[in-house]
This record gives sequence, structure tokens and C-alpha cells, in this order.
Amino acid sequence: MTLDASRRQLLVDSLGIMVSAGGFGLVYGLSARAAGFSPLEASAMSLIVFGGASQFVAVGYVLGGFSWLTIVLLTAFLNARHLLYAAALAPYLTDKPRPLRAVMAHVLTDEAFALAIAHFRRMGRADVRGYFLGAILSTFIPWNVATLVGVTIGGSIPDPSRFGLDVIFPAAMGGLAVGLVTGRRELVAAISGAVIGVAVALAWDPAAGIIAGGLIGPIVGMAIRPGPREHEREGQLAFGPEPAHEHAHDAPSEGLP
Amino acid sequence: MSSALIPLAILMGLVTYPFRAIPLLAPGFERLPERLRLYLRLVGPSVLAALAAVNTMVGKSEAGTPAFRIGWEWLAIGLCILVVALRKSLLVGLILAAGSIAVLRALGVATPP
Repeated sequence: MTLDASRRQLLVDSLGIMVSAGGFGLVYGLSARAAGFSPLEASAMSLIVFGGASQFVAVGYVLGGFSWLTIVLLTAFLNARHLLYAAALAPYLTDKPRPLRAVMAHVLTDEAFALAIAHFRRMGRADVRGYFLGAILSTFIPWNVATLVGVTIGGSIPDPSRFGLDVIFPAAMGGLAVGLVTGRRELVAAISGAVIGVAVALAWDPAAGIIAGGLIGPIVGMAIRPGPREHEREGQLAFGPEPAHEHAHDAPSEGLP
Repeated sequence: MSSALIPLAILMGLVTYPFRAIPLLAPGFERLPERLRLYLRLVGPSVLAALAAVNTMVGKSEAGTPAFRIGWEWLAIGLCILVVALRKSLLVGLILAAGSIAVLRALGVATPP
């Protein structure tokens, strides 16, 4: 797919993510207000940590009087999955300046990864502007603006779940996962990731489930024999341009690959 | 206005950033073995599917432990996935997912988790 076509697709995909980030940011701002955070403290957390689940946990733990050490350790555990995201994106970005990559790292979230990996794979290469469009315009800005609105305006805002905004995040992650399924191996990796994720989440903890699904799912996918056309494509693997006939056959006029 | 929690935010940021940055900044990623590159290619669908499934199917019991959750949200998220698979449009899928669950909640059929 061409750069312009893929960016158009990225922009359309980003709209739903933007609503989701705004909705969750609002709920975070409201929770932080209820826990006694000042607007400065709530916003500092959204700007510096920029990690939804860990911020919600911090609010609950501050309210519960837990030690900072506990909160920091739990934050590290919850955000460890970002290592997988960075590792999956890294091969696309090796030729980019290191200071730029350092900035890109700060805004790498679930949403930014989902949008970027789909965008990069559509084109078979990196696009820094596209990355920032997904990471900053659709996630960082809505999250931070909504945090500030939630913590300052507070109780006069209706509950976002009334409008179904709470299902947008899992629906977007599921939809983007489907968009990345281009062969047997991806399909098996996705199904395995989901099953393992739920099993470990139920047995232990949701954050551990997500990490386990992301770590073990690809191993199960690798154990599957690729189809004949997939085998040809895997000669090039993920990080180079795909063969021309693949683009012609697979690229949709709109939507995900 | 209180700023007492800003050092905590900085500490949380300090433990988060290395997970996001180390693979991006470490040298040598262009020379990864083929098997590892294949593994990393499969991380995307795998971890996104895990995120979707865990967020949809795992809730909390009254005791605060993880519990299997069945609800109308499955239908809404399934609808989004179906639309993406058939129509290749994430935005339409998300609108249908949020819209359907909002209607079901307004009718009192579904309740927020």
C-alpha cells in the first residue's frame, strides 16, 4: 500500500482510538479527583507515566494508603508489556536517529503500538509522522486533555460507560489484531495469545495474562507450517517490503490489511 | 494546589520508560536472527488479541480476585471484529460496538461491568 493510502487508513482507524483515549482519560481524571489528586498531580501522571492501567492502579493505591514502593513496583509490572511492543517495532526503526527513537518511546502505548504496527506492515516500512499521528494525536492529546477535564470539572460529566465508550478499547484491540492476521501463523498466534491471556489472567492476574499471551502466542504460531503463499512471503519476513503481487491481491480499498 | 504526588509520577515514569525505550535504542536490532524476527512479527496479533480477550472476558469477583465475565460486551466486540474481518473498516466496527452496547444499556438489557 502507498504511504498516502496507508496514512488515510491510519487516520480513519485513529478516530475510534481517539474517542476511547478521551473516554478513559475522563474516567481517570474523575477517579483521580475522587482520590484527592490535584489537577497538577493528575496531569503530571498522565504526562509523565502515560500508562492507563498503571495510573488507575496508582489512584486506587494512593487512596488505599499503600507505600510508593508498592505503587512503583506494580507500575513496572503492569507496563512491562511495552517491552514487547518496542521490540516488535524496533526493526522498522533502526535507521532513525536515536534521539527521535527516544522520543517515540515515551508515547508508546497499547493504542500507539496497535496503530503503528498495522501502518508499518501495510507499507513494509516505518513512517515516523504516521507513528506520531497515532501516538500523539489519537492518544496522548485526548488522554491528557480528558484527564484535565475530568479532574477539574468532575461530577458534572455523565458516565462514559452509558455511551458504550468502555467497549471501544477492547473492540479496537480485537479489530486491529484481526487486521494483522494475514496468514495461518498470525491467526494461530492471535487465538493462542487470547486463550493463554485469559487463562493466565484468571489464574493469576490480568496484567500477567496479557504479557503471557503476548510472549507465548507467537511461539505457538511459529510451530504452525505456513501456507504456500505465506512461505514465499516469509522469505522477506516482516520488516522488508512485501512482494508486489501480495500488495495487489491483499490491499483493500479501505480498512485494515 | 498540591504537588506532593509529582515525585511519585516521576518514579512511575522512570520505571516505565526503560520497557518502552530499551529495544528501540539498543543497537543490533537490524541483525536479529530470522527466527527472532518471525517471532516479533507474531507478537502484534498475539498481544493485541490477548489485550482484547482479557479486557472483555476477565472481570473481578466480589472478593476482588480475577473472575470469568460473560456479558453483552462479548457481542459488541464480536460485532466489531466481524465488521473488520468482512468490511475492513475499524471505525464502522467501533461505532457499531459502542452504539449497540449503549442501546442495550439504555434499554436495561445490559449493565456496565
